[in-house]
Amino acid sequence: MDKAVGFYESTLGKKVVMAVTGIILFLYLVGHMLGNLQIFLDPAQIDKYAHMLHASAAFLWSVRLVLLFCLGVHILAAFQVWWRSRTARPVKYKVFNPPDVDYAAKTMVWSGPIIAAFITYHLLHLTVGMDSLHPDYVHLGAYNNVVAGFQQTPVAIAYIVALLLLAFHLYHGLWSLFQTMGWDHPKFGPWRRPLAVLLTAVIAAGFISVPVAVMTGVLQLVGG
Amino acid sequence: MKLTLEIWRQKDANDKGHFETYELDNVRSHMSFLEMLDVLNQELIEKGEEPVAFDHDCREAICGTCGFVINGVAHGHMKRNTVCQLHMRTFNDGDHLVLEPWRAKAFPLVRDLIVDRSAFERIQRAGGYISARTGSAPDANSILIPKEQAEAALDFAECIGCGACVASCPNGAAMLFVGARIAHLGFLPQGQPERVERAKAMVAAMEQEGFGACTNYTSCEATCPKGVSIVGIAKMNKDYFNAKLFSGGNLGGKE
Ligand code: HEM
Ligand code: SF4
Ligand code: FES
Repeated sequence: MDKAVGFYESTLGKKVVMAVTGIILFLYLVGHMLGNLQIFLDPAQIDKYAHMLHASAAFLWSVRLVLLFCLGVHILAAFQVWWRSRTARPVKYKVFNPPDVDYAAKTMVWSGPIIAAFITYHLLHLTVGMDSLHPDYVHLGAYNNVVAGFQQTPVAIAYIVALLLLAFHLYHGLWSLFQTMGWDHPKFGPWRRPLAVLLTAVIAAGFISVPVAVMTGVLQLVGG
Repeated sequence: MKLTLEIWRQKDANDKGHFETYELDNVRSHMSFLEMLDVLNQELIEKGEEPVAFDHDCREAICGTCGFVINGVAHGHMKRNTVCQLHMRTFNDGDHLVLEPWRAKAFPLVRDLIVDRSAFERIQRAGGYISARTGSAPDANSILIPKEQAEAALDFAECIGCGACVASCPNGAAMLFVGARIAHLGFLPQGQPERVERAKAMVAAMEQEGFGACTNYTSCEATCPKGVSIVGIAKMNKDYFNAKLFSGGNLGGKE
């Protein structure tokens, strides 16, 4: 335990913790996205899936707690690392054009908190079903909850924008974590960018397909 | 050719500092950037003004003494270059150039474009060494090193300690420098005995100096005059990870 605490004290340790929690959150996103795609099967399918996830409260809450813990630690470390770098250059440059800096890398500290705000909104909207956010919410009626939710165009657009930001975050994160974990080698180094682009595109496309399908009328409310 | 130079002037660490603008007329294309500044300084001296202070020594891109930021890029716009080997033929008549010192808390300003990089020396002293037997010279090749490893070690040994990686890092991090030193010795058999302690000591020293934290922007690699690769940073991360979590005590022999 002593060693682990000492490890976390350094920025290198914090980055490893961010990478590990980032990987766990990423794997969860893959599962979540695949779960969501069931909405394109029979409408009853995703409701069945929702019931299955809720079958065991112990299971549901263990997963939720693990995710919440990972997210909390990830954000805490991100904030500490960001704070340290903020103080590392007290006098700024008048002109600063560091080469090779991509947009995603530059916006990690902004895409992160916006994603956090989105996650909060998303949980209140489609998990809790807060009346003011989603008046037609029915507990475990996943299919209609999603379709009715996204039939509000501003809501669908907010989801799409947030998911695009998440894609930027993941793109840099998925590339970056190999570096952080020490998994860099000339043999596969050149593949890391394309791999990050591919995984990010698949995730983003999977998630975004749902609001788009509702907006274009491919998915309609079902009676009952 | 004619240039407008906007240069950071600051008497010492306590002075507030400001930009001063100079017009320079007779810049020849075969000059190096530092020779161009020599010409400017000659004019300033003749006018009875203080010349612009900048660091330099070899002027051959091998010592790592020179360096400042030109229009927002450390060592200027040419890749794999130092300001002493940056030639005026790569600029255009009428260019407006802003010259600033390396900006980092860990590199306190000495004067004008000169900063104090002794933080690098302290990191180096913390663990960038090997222990060797003194006495009579060992036979050549008494320790065999696979060719690929020797080449990788030499690539990382190319770091000249100029500090451009820190200067061009949006986080003010020194990871490329420290990564280069750790990777250089880590690839060699002679570097193994201290490998664990080196990672711990150099990383601790680096953080103590107040450098920022890496978020993998890669602008260090892009401006490094020696093209040191960020693979060195990954190597450092791995060595540090192993040193902190899996070293010490029984390594798997008998209980
Ligand atoms: C779904 C949620 C999230 C996932 C899947 C995720 C994933 C990742 C991954 C994989 C990394 C790479 C770690 C590394 O550089 O080694 C990362 C970095 C980072 N994350 Fe997240 N993250 C999430 C949410 C957040 C949130 C809510 C914040 C808010 C503060 C945040 C802030 C950051 C920052 C600042 C970095 C460092 C970026 C860098 O290396 O430049 N992340 N994230
Ligand atoms: S790694 Fe490159 S940029 Fe950094 S100090 Fe060494 S030579 Fe200079
Ligand atoms: S003066 Fe030696 S590297 Fe430029």
